[in-house]
Amino acid sequence: MYPSAFDYSAPGSLEEALASLAELGDEGRVLAGGQSLIPMMKLRLAAPGHLVDINGVSELACISESNGHLAIGALARHADVASSEAVSRHNHTVASAAPWVSDPLVRNRGTLCGSVAHCDPEGDWNSVMLAVGASVVARSSSGERVIPITDFIVDFFTNSLHPGEMVTEVRIPAYRGPAGGAYLKLERKVGDYATVGVATHLVLDDSGNVAEAGLGLTAVYGHNLKVTEAEEMMAGQTPGPELFAEAAAIAARTCDPDDNVRGPAEYKRAVVAEYTRRGFAQALTLARGEG
Amino acid sequence: MTTVHEPRTSPEVGGIGHSVRRKEDDRFIRGAGNYLDDLNLPGMLHMAILRSPVAHARINSIDSSAAMEIEGVLAVVTGEALAAHGLAWMPTLSGDTQAVLATDKVRFQGQEVAAVIATHPYIAHDALSHIDVDYEELEAITSPQQSLATGTLIRDEKEGQTDNVAYTWEAGDQDSTDAAFAAAARVVSLDTHYPRSHPAPLETCGVVADVNSITGQATIYMTSQAPHAIRTVFALVAGLPEEKIRIVTQDIGGGFGNKVPVYPGYVVATAASLLIGKPVKWIESRTENLISTGFARDFHMHAELALDGNNRITAMRADILSDQGAFFSDAQPTQFRAGLFHICTGSYDFPSAHVTAKGAYTNKAPGGVAYRCSFRVTEASYLIERLVDNAAHEVGMDAADFRALNFIREDQFPYLSPTGFVYDSGNYHGAMDKAKEMIGYDAWRARQTEQNSDPDATKLIGIGVASFTEVVGAGPSRQYDILGLKMFDSAELRIHPTGKAILKLGVQTQGQGHETTFAQIVAEELGIPYSDIKVMYGDTDNTPYGLGTYASRSTPVGGAATAVVSRKIRAKAQKLAAHLLEAAEEDLDWEPGKFTVKGTDQSVTIQDVAFAAYTNHPVGMEAGLEGVTYYDPPNMTYPFGTYIVVVEVDTGDGTWKVLEMVAVDDCGVRINPMIVDGQIAGGLTEGFAKANMQWITFDDDGNCIGSNFMDYLVPTAWETPRYQLGETVTPSPHHPIGAKGVGESATVGSPAAFTNAVIDALWSRGVSNIDMPVLPHRVWGALNNVEVSP
Repeated sequence: MYPSAFDYSAPGSLEEALASLAELGDEGRVLAGGQSLIPMMKLRLAAPGHLVDINGVSELACISESNGHLAIGALARHADVASSEAVSRHNHTVASAAPWVSDPLVRNRGTLCGSVAHCDPEGDWNSVMLAVGASVVARSSSGERVIPITDFIVDFFTNSLHPGEMVTEVRIPAYRGPAGGAYLKLERKVGDYATVGVATHLVLDDSGNVAEAGLGLTAVYGHNLKVTEAEEMMAGQTPGPELFAEAAAIAARTCDPDDNVRGPAEYKRAVVAEYTRRGFAQALTLARGEG
Repeated sequence: MTTVHEPRTSPEVGGIGHSVRRKEDDRFIRGAGNYLDDLNLPGMLHMAILRSPVAHARINSIDSSAAMEIEGVLAVVTGEALAAHGLAWMPTLSGDTQAVLATDKVRFQGQEVAAVIATHPYIAHDALSHIDVDYEELEAITSPQQSLATGTLIRDEKEGQTDNVAYTWEAGDQDSTDAAFAAAARVVSLDTHYPRSHPAPLETCGVVADVNSITGQATIYMTSQAPHAIRTVFALVAGLPEEKIRIVTQDIGGGFGNKVPVYPGYVVATAASLLIGKPVKWIESRTENLISTGFARDFHMHAELALDGNNRITAMRADILSDQGAFFSDAQPTQFRAGLFHICTGSYDFPSAHVTAKGAYTNKAPGGVAYRCSFRVTEASYLIERLVDNAAHEVGMDAADFRALNFIREDQFPYLSPTGFVYDSGNYHGAMDKAKEMIGYDAWRARQTEQNSDPDATKLIGIGVASFTEVVGAGPSRQYDILGLKMFDSAELRIHPTGKAILKLGVQTQGQGHETTFAQIVAEELGIPYSDIKVMYGDTDNTPYGLGTYASRSTPVGGAATAVVSRKIRAKAQKLAAHLLEAAEEDLDWEPGKFTVKGTDQSVTIQDVAFAAYTNHPVGMEAGLEGVTYYDPPNMTYPFGTYIVVVEVDTGDGTWKVLEMVAVDDCGVRINPMIVDGQIAGGLTEGFAKANMQWITFDDDGNCIGSNFMDYLVPTAWETPRYQLGETVTPSPHHPIGAKGVGESATVGSPAAFTNAVIDALWSRGVSNIDMPVLPHRVWGALNNVEVSP
């Protein structure tokens, strides 16, 4: 478990980090928590030429509510997200997912933004971000872009960052009405990747119908999957078991899981359906203030 | 019912029955252990091994010229180079041969192909990718069924080997068994696969070989459970004079059977040190450990029980096909080709059994080690306990009642089993009754009936029972040897003038607490406080010869040796005491630590006696107070117990969780109850892992799935169920202190309890078997009649 040789620098400010990344181009990789990158380097699946360690850029560690959204900075650890009162006030789906990310050791070190940028289809966070309609803030020495999560995720381990850019923040919009959400994950043990993960998000209108529904799936497609068809179908409808079953059926046929040691595709589709039903039922309970 | 004995010694002396704290834990919990990778010798070089990326291929050529050009690389060792020294192949512990570095073919993914020796571990690993191997791929044989059906010969290099059969073996009596089946009122059968697993000790394997080019002295530091046997194997394989080989094991971070065999890396590093004249260190990575070193289990089992009209078992048949991997290297006694699998008649009294077994070579890693197991007793126990549970369901009896009806009774011991074991002692009904009482068995059954009878229930309760009998403590020399070495074990005890002592053992701790437990045996026998007794092991120059620690044999064999040598010393101490007290020997009474003249208050302590042994021994008596014993056990020991598990199965996603678990163990006399409880809790967790999540499998190309801890799952505290532990005490009648060995009971007994619990939940839904690991998708598949693979 010895990585290939690499260079390393630890800038003290964001400007310095961005300057380094601009200079390094494709050779540069940002090191935040390192919980995916370092194991990949040790297995020699990744061999970056230069690591830019941003752990000294303390301004990136914040979690804050502002301008109608929750901002989670690039150095906010999963554990910070899991224990954040701002997060639990702001979004049920995010709060529910945080304790499911890997194991306590990884959560103490790994970052939400790093996980989002990694675009591992078995990673939990991007399903949540797809369900809740998050966006990603990318900075480079030449400026800032705010990228909707649907545009940020390109494919299997591929995001839409340009060389020299890094993720500085993920933004989660505030609820516009009574809302709830959940992240349900089937894992074989703590620290395992999801066999199936389902992120649900539900906002009700004044009459109690669905104003907004979000559904994101983990580990059942080439990338984290937003089930747009189900979300659109649910809008304006009366929430309840029948509607959720319909959404579950759409989710089960939209996903395209692999047969592997975590189970055959048919099983995973069944779990997607089961967890979609359960997730929306929990979301509804929360939205109605019954939770 | 047997009872738990009160300790005979004071807590300060800490003899048998005292839960004294482990002497070794101070250094372990403070990070002051001394493990192999902590060792750095002056001028030491580092080795990395190039492994085959494919499961089966002919090697056309190996070009290491580019690797040799890297600065810091001293040598690239290949099979061809080893062949020049007669070291390309080595014997296995089952009398087969195994490639050290591949010459002709690679036969499993991860097989050792070449080794780089460099000045730094990073350089050695960098160089691996610069070795160019031309592989010509062959059909990969990934199951024993495929192996027996194919025309492809895996061991084409082996003279006289014309098929892929590694061994065949049988036990019991076919004729009486056939007759019993012909007369049976009912036959219950089961096909199940006990999956391949891996001991996965926290510390991987490794070696630091230091061959002195001037003196020829080879000091080999390694992670071995059996250092003395390894020394002899090295002498025989490498042709080194045995007096010049010193095997040193420092602290070992777990073994579980994985550290019994000799691995190619040990041989290559030693050969490299011999040729280069400098120490060579090799430390396995986690992946190397999981894909190439000794696996366990991988038994495909078919079995049948014959029942009479009164639900009594009359006979058992079992037929085994074992997946051996590329080389037959089970670590097991020579006479028993399928280990002690024929203990598979378990805790039940019936007259006839017949067991047949066949092993097949496949393109998988070799191993077949006894992972926390006494040579295949784990597979045996799983099979009978699954089969008995299904039989209870089929005849419509409660699982506990069916067992109780068929148990060997307390008054039947010593009991001759139909496959030839003589069970030393037992009280199976006692352990069962205690387990049922502890868990509230009847109340759980009532709740199960209520909850599961709802046709819309999505959470189903299951109650699993397993009443295992183990056979441990190998073993009597008339039957048990490994490569001809009889399976005795040894203890050497020296009492110093001030009454302190040093005990040297032939067995080898890997974290089990030998430094404490064995000191407590001496404390019990001589009354010397356990804290005054230093326990040594694992240095072949400084400890007596022994076969090592595995198969729960340390206490049954090494512990017996320790008690016997202590008694020898006590006999001499009595003579010394008589001299000091000016009394006749037979007029002395002994209580731990003190001789007293009968009917008086005149006494001397063991410490007084020890001092006199060096300062005031009588004329005609040798000075000193020491002894050595090589103990040859008269019989094996037979620990047993009953485990009961309650689970709840979620029919929506197929997951199951343990609601309650009780484990009642009877391992005879418990030396340190706290250590025993720790052994049981650890073993239960390993059993749970196997039932719930853990296995090594392969794809059709022979790629190992389970090559790291993301795929080979080890439960954390989060998943691990809570256990309630109970005990009964039925001493072994032939063991000097009545102990039976406990290190492996829970790994052996518990997997069936978990599986039985899940099957019990689903039986009414038409499910009669799910192979381990009982993964959620397998449960879901069974419930929904969907074929799932793997």
